[in-house]
Amino acid sequence: MIKVVFFAALREQLACSELSISSDDINTVADVKQQLCLQNAQWQPILGHGSLLSAVNHDLVSEKHSVKPGDEVAFFPPVTGG
Amino acid sequence: MSIDTKRHIHEMSRLEISVQDTDFSLADEVALLERDNATDGAVVTFTGRVREHNNGHSVRSLTLEHYPGMTEKSLAKIITEARKRWSIGRVKVIHRIGELTIGEQIVFVGVTSQHRHDAFAANEFIMDYLKVAAPFWKKEGVNQDGVCSEQWLEAKMSDSTKATRWR
Repeated sequence: MIKVVFFAALREQLACSELSISSDDINTVADVKQQLCLQNAQWQPILGHGSLLSAVNHDLVSEKHSVKPGDEVAFFPPVTGG
Repeated sequence: MSIDTKRHIHEMSRLEISVQDTDFSLADEVALLERDNATDGAVVTFTGRVREHNNGHSVRSLTLEHYPGMTEKSLAKIITEARKRWSIGRVKVIHRIGELTIGEQIVFVGVTSQHRHDAFAANEFIMDYLKVAAPFWKKEGVNQDGVCSEQWLEAKMSDSTKATRWR
């Protein structure tokens, strides 16, 4: 399984902070996104937003980054701390 | 990397980084940076506070959300990078989370070094990267024409430009 977490405005738009998906056929962050959109068609326009950032196991990564079973994948809007 | 080295780095990060909902004291933080530290002649500190106005509207409060675990890891990476670039002594980064009101302190970065240049540069570098890489998000409570509402802040292009200039 792969744990997926969402934050801030994205978490509110999806009305979801965390879920798990099967790791079958998942190789990259982009695959995770695609799988989420297949499972929830209404998420497609939200997750398709180009400005979203992604992280795997707490490291900021690009969508090409590999994902393996047991990983934690996060999606969130550009950060606004400081 | 040996287990001892990893443990040492973890221990250092724990001392250097604090993500907290409570306020902090600038005087206490400076005292900690200076205590038993006779080698460093420079102490540079930055404190960020909640502004009354943002993009022309009046702000009532600010709520900060973060990604526990990744926040600490990303701040540790930024400090490690700063140590590679400059000869610095002690570092402390504090970031508050939860609900804050006007004038409250949000963020603190303190850096010491033998001479001022390293502490000045490293402090600004840490702040610039924190702005674009540490997973914090601000939600503003605003009052527009007597109507109160909440909205997530948009990331500023100027912040990513400031961070890229260090590359």
